[in-house]
Amino acid sequence: MDALTAARAQMEVSLGFHMIFAALGIALPGFMCVAEALYLRTGRPHYLALAKRWSKATSLLFAIGAVSGTALSFELGLLWPRFMEFSGGIIGSAFALEGYAFFVEAIFIGLYLYGWDRISPRAHWFCGLAVTLSGTASGVLVLAANAWMQAPRGFDLVDGRAVNIDPWGPFQSPSWLPMSLHMTLAAYVAVAFAIAGVYAKGILRGKADDEHRSALRLAMIVGAVAAVLQLPSGDIAARVAAEHQPAKLAAMEAHYETRRGAPFMLGGFADDATETVHYGIEIPYALSLLIGHDPNTEVTGLDRIPRDERPPTALVHIAFDVMVASGMGLIAVSLGYWLMRWRARREEGWTAPKWLLSTLVWASPLGFLAIEAGWMVSEVGRQPWVIFKVMRTRDAVTPAAGVELTFALFVLLYAALGATLVFFLRRMARRTAETAETTATAEAAHGA
Amino acid sequence: MGHEILLGGMALAGVIAYGVLAGADFGGGVWDILARGPRKSEQRDAIAHTMGPVWEANHVWLIFVIVILFTAFPRAYAELSVGLFGPFHLVLVGITLRGGAFVFRAHGGYLGERVHARAWGVVFGGASVITPVLLGMSLGAVSSGLRVLAPLPLAMGALALSICAYLAAVYLTLETEGELRELFRRKALYAGTFVVALSGVVLPLTYVAAPHLWGGLTSSPGAFVVSAGVLAALTSGGALLFRRFLLARIAAAAQVTFLLAGWGLSQYPYLIFPSLTLHEAAAPPATLDFVLYTMPFGLLLVIPSMIWLFRVFSRARPFSPS
Repeated sequence: MDALTAARAQMEVSLGFHMIFAALGIALPGFMCVAEALYLRTGRPHYLALAKRWSKATSLLFAIGAVSGTALSFELGLLWPRFMEFSGGIIGSAFALEGYAFFVEAIFIGLYLYGWDRISPRAHWFCGLAVTLSGTASGVLVLAANAWMQAPRGFDLVDGRAVNIDPWGPFQSPSWLPMSLHMTLAAYVAVAFAIAGVYAKGILRGKADDEHRSALRLAMIVGAVAAVLQLPSGDIAARVAAEHQPAKLAAMEAHYETRRGAPFMLGGFADDATETVHYGIEIPYALSLLIGHDPNTEVTGLDRIPRDERPPTALVHIAFDVMVASGMGLIAVSLGYWLMRWRARREEGWTAPKWLLSTLVWASPLGFLAIEAGWMVSEVGRQPWVIFKVMRTRDAVTPAAGVELTFALFVLLYAALGATLVFFLRRMARRTAETAETTATAEAAHGA
Repeated sequence: MGHEILLGGMALAGVIAYGVLAGADFGGGVWDILARGPRKSEQRDAIAHTMGPVWEANHVWLIFVIVILFTAFPRAYAELSVGLFGPFHLVLVGITLRGGAFVFRAHGGYLGERVHARAWGVVFGGASVITPVLLGMSLGAVSSGLRVLAPLPLAMGALALSICAYLAAVYLTLETEGELRELFRRKALYAGTFVVALSGVVLPLTYVAAPHLWGGLTSSPGAFVVSAGVLAALTSGGALLFRRFLLARIAAAAQVTFLLAGWGLSQYPYLIFPSLTLHEAAAPPATLDFVLYTMPFGLLLVIPSMIWLFRVFSRARPFSPS
């Protein structure tokens, strides 16, 4: 393995790992906050139990997110020193603002997690709100740096150096707002269906108490709304890619030949050598319709992109299809759930049928799968550039020896951490199922 | 004054905040792994109880420094990343394992995993030992041509570790009562002895390995700051002997502040000695202006929140094992 491959692999592993916790850090505090707000309004103890349980999960996950995020900020320089030397002065503005948001998040998460009986209920809820808002803000702000890598702005390139630097450049990137919307919604989709899966499993085990039913209902409201909103959000993101990164869009769709009335390629294996797609299903005119909202729109194919500036089509296409299929699957599950629920609206104490609950359990990782696949589309689709059309990834890589070693080290580290975390979360979820009722009664008795 | 100097100063202030606050958290891990005797689990509980609400916020000062470094001084960040490729990776492993192990252990407790909890305690303590050593070594390397495995960086690594242990023990005397407090007072005195001895090693080593640093530390204004640091060190040691714990804590924090400030001042005008000055590494003026002008707004959000955090979890209710 050469240094470039190892560095890219280490970056992908680190980003892929961190992304899970980033998504949880954005959306889980939101759930925690809603549950606590419901408790403050209604005084019903099972909402408090939910808020406490989710705050315990948050404390575990936020810590992992904070350290893996720290690792990423170091790795940008450790693996890509030439990239940071070139762009630090431009994208640093995004990181600087994100830094304050992260600071606020870390402070208020301490107050929230440990402050249950030290500050007033209202102040406590406000701390949760501060965590939610700053978590979302830090995600949106740091995405400006990534958006800048996709569509750089705010400098002039003179002899390979950036001059006339405008630190607002990252926020002027046309990719920024579409990416921010898409990722924030994706976080809510992923976390909502993960929660839905945990509580659906609990109900399947016979715990159809208030806590389980409220949690499932709340998750399905948020999950359904966010999943449906991903349709227009994804449409915006794809059209921005078509305009600013035609090579990426063409790779997503495995679209080799520039033409009007372009079909949408569903599935299949793209072969860059022969520029054909094996076993794909073509939906006529669909791509032109999606990109230009007109079946005769011309869609740039990879034939217009010089061979040495094309991303690896097969990988980007598969990742894109996985992302879209996961999203569509979750929309279908949501529709199914709400249709069933609407039809049973007159039944007191309705619980979803077993097959629906099992479907929810099986569908629960799809949101995170979509996030991972989406990041693969975004980052692999940008190749061979680290800064689109400005700097190639291979020119940014570190000259330091031993990247193969650090890659191996990080794979081991994250594998161990990930395995432990899964162990803890499973245990936590099982305890949720075992103790939900006793906790609720105990807390009610304490007048909590 | 040039904006790059102001921002260099803010980065140094970030290093000091990280040292004074997060340094004590690392020190907590050191005492966790060294806990012995009949009161070992009480010691560990007191450490976890004190660190729990604040360690994540304290950790963010490192991000603050890194962000200033790569935004305002991108060339220096690139050079450090290449020159300290190995040590920085190990620091990341240390930081990740420390954070992960701390929460795993905390959750292991209520999930009824006492055995696991002990295993995570060992990881937590081990990572808390290696990380400050590596950070101290990196600081030493920055002053002496980015060579890590040399006497000066090694001595600075050991000094950093003993300072963290000292800070933690001094802080913990305020968070505990009775016998536990006496225990941490004794630990603080031991660690303080190490700090004094290792300072005695580091100073002459700078004369040999980093004459630039030695020159700065022995002439104005570096010398005044170092003298103030020595005074603070004597004060905190004396206060510990006479059980004036609040004074000891303030003086210990001041001691670390002066020590790091003295290092920073003596390092000037270099960011990385001898290859890069603050001025040479600086980003264009527009970037420096951005970082500098957004900082008051950012800190206006952060500092009051942080004060509130520390007040809520301060001595109001000292921890006593029930």
